[in-house]
Amino acid sequence: MEQVEIPTILIRPSRGWIALKLGDIWEYRELLYFLVWRDIKVRYKQTALGATWAILQPFFSMIVFSLVFGKLAKMPSDGIPYPIFSYAALVPWTYFAGALSQSANGLVDSANLIKKVYFPRLTIPIANSLVGLVDFAIAFVVLLGLMFWYGVTPTWRIIWLPAFLLLALVTALAVGLWLSVLNVEYRDVKYTIPFLTQFWMYATPIVYPSSLLKEPWRTVYGLNPMVGVVEGFRWALLNTKTAPGPMIAVSAAASVVLLVGGAFYFRRMEKTFADVV
Amino acid sequence: MPTSSDALDALRVENLGKMYRIGERHAKYRTFRETISGLATAPFRAARRLAGGNGPPPSPESIWALRDVSFRVGQGDVVGVIGRNGAGKSTLLKILARITEPTSGSAVIRGRVGSLLEVGTGFHQELTGRENIYLNGAILGMRRREIDSSFDEIVAFAGVEKFVDTPVKHYSSGMYLRLAFSVAAHLDPEILLVDEVLAVGDATFQRKCLEKMEDVGRRGRTVLFVSHNMQAIARLCPRTILLDSGGVAVDGPSHKVVASYLSSDIGTTAERRWSDSRRAPASRAARLVAVRVRSVGGEVTDAPDLRKPIGIEMEFDVLEEGWSFSASYDFYNEEGLLLFGSIETDPEWRNKRRPLGRYATTAWVPANLFSEGTVIVNVELLTVHPLTRHFEERQAVAFHLVDSMDGDSARGDWGGEWSGAVRPLLSWGTRIVPSGEPDSGVARKRESHVS
Repeated sequence: MEQVEIPTILIRPSRGWIALKLGDIWEYRELLYFLVWRDIKVRYKQTALGATWAILQPFFSMIVFSLVFGKLAKMPSDGIPYPIFSYAALVPWTYFAGALSQSANGLVDSANLIKKVYFPRLTIPIANSLVGLVDFAIAFVVLLGLMFWYGVTPTWRIIWLPAFLLLALVTALAVGLWLSVLNVEYRDVKYTIPFLTQFWMYATPIVYPSSLLKEPWRTVYGLNPMVGVVEGFRWALLNTKTAPGPMIAVSAAASVVLLVGGAFYFRRMEKTFADVV
Repeated sequence: MPTSSDALDALRVENLGKMYRIGERHAKYRTFRETISGLATAPFRAARRLAGGNGPPPSPESIWALRDVSFRVGQGDVVGVIGRNGAGKSTLLKILARITEPTSGSAVIRGRVGSLLEVGTGFHQELTGRENIYLNGAILGMRRREIDSSFDEIVAFAGVEKFVDTPVKHYSSGMYLRLAFSVAAHLDPEILLVDEVLAVGDATFQRKCLEKMEDVGRRGRTVLFVSHNMQAIARLCPRTILLDSGGVAVDGPSHKVVASYLSSDIGTTAERRWSDSRRAPASRAARLVAVRVRSVGGEVTDAPDLRKPIGIEMEFDVLEEGWSFSASYDFYNEEGLLLFGSIETDPEWRNKRRPLGRYATTAWVPANLFSEGTVIVNVELLTVHPLTRHFEERQAVAFHLVDSMDGDSARGDWGGEWSGAVRPLLSWGTRIVPSGEPDSGVARKRESHVS
């Protein structure tokens, strides 16, 4: 039998703030993979329309917004046809809202696992925020189709797109971490999530452009990380003139602060999960 | 006691303790409203709780599920852990498995830990057997290539070759449990923590599981095995730790620990004899000789099948003529709840004076009445007129009921948790009611599941 180094585990009460132990999550990357794989599989097995859902939700929102805000309210859209202006924002937004509510409910939904098996608990919200990427990819293909339809040609800026997607992921995970911990302790959180995402959507330039704001307020607006994501998507795909530089930097910084804080808070509260959830 | 040196200890537990706030394990989560009303009365405590707390608040509403537990387990030792419900067995395992944190003390574990606290954790109904093997394996901490290499073995051990690509929601509860155990049994860590997994499956499968566990022990793995099944403990573990109200009561060779548990406590014991007549419970008119649990076949057993009638036999000597006797039994569950009592109604001896001699009285409990778990029987011998209690023996015998999950007990196809003190098999029927004719139709039995 091959003799490998035997790990030693020390178990004792922890006090105060504890290390994130990101190495542990790397150790358990296969579990992370299987949790994501399970959720994707189950999602497409259980729903009759399967992948269609990924398109329907942002697509119908786009139609409604185009009628209400585009046609009736004559909302400015930075010179872009309103349907594609709103859809380019709705694709990352739909992913974000889904990932947020998935990861916020993740710990409670996985109560059975948490009470029976050890693994780094951070795996759960991380997996939850990754699952939606499949739906995102499908909705994104439709976005490319719409761009073609409206004759929008992407430029070299499109290479920045993954960075904006990552920003959406990090933001969803960051907020998901905070909410998932609170959700273990207070089940009320579950009921506030739909309200929160709706409110947040109108606080993000989805139906309107951020160019309505003058500088420096536009940069301050970037404190809502989703502002950076949505304007970043439009900038990278639709060549809008709202050059996102400082605003995106503010969004990225806000998102990272939320994430780091959330991760430490999560680790600190982690020890009580199995007893409380 | 273990004598192995520090270097060879696979597990060293020192003064381990776990405190729960009362209600925490049951009332579970709070709502904002409760916290807000709590904030008004105790702002500092609530604020601290919200921030994660710094150790336990000194509170009168707390209980120690585990306190000052210390022991060592040498590498390759197989150690049993027994004790009644609430003694701290599961808490101990949960701490060692790192599911929950101790409140005090420490434990050092050398090696990769695998825990089997419940089979089938993380199984998903919609996924196929194959998919669940990979998912469950990953959850239990197996590497993908480990699962790949033992995949065929897992399937064969569970005996589900034909259904490996069927979603597990179509499995019978027996198949489901076999597959779940099979995945877990192929986990190969240095230290294995096992909690009462052998209470599932039919007798054949249980035997297979026991063999598998023995095999794990033989390969030099360290095993900590929690069980109510004294036979399994005695067979698998040379050494056993008895926990009682959160502390180590006895730690030593299994046969001694099990014996002390059975004699002092509510372990299962299928037969009790009072060979020394001076010490037997007695009056001047009658004396207890023995109490036994019998299966329908007549053999003495501490693990009867709950789907068959169970006989409780009391043997006693009549020492004085002129008395009429009635035996009386009370049946308790392991939580000390009186399930029911029964008094002898045999017409042959009712209100009849008995000649001297030895008598054996048996009461048959109907099949499918008990739920699984431990049943403790108190016996007494009475004379109804004039009311006299000749003797009484509390916890005279106890037996452990197991549901083989074959689908023909009152469980039906349900394999999950079941509450309720008893679980009688009722007569169920469902018929189709044709519209306009609400009272016609014939009772139809529900078709049973695939299996």
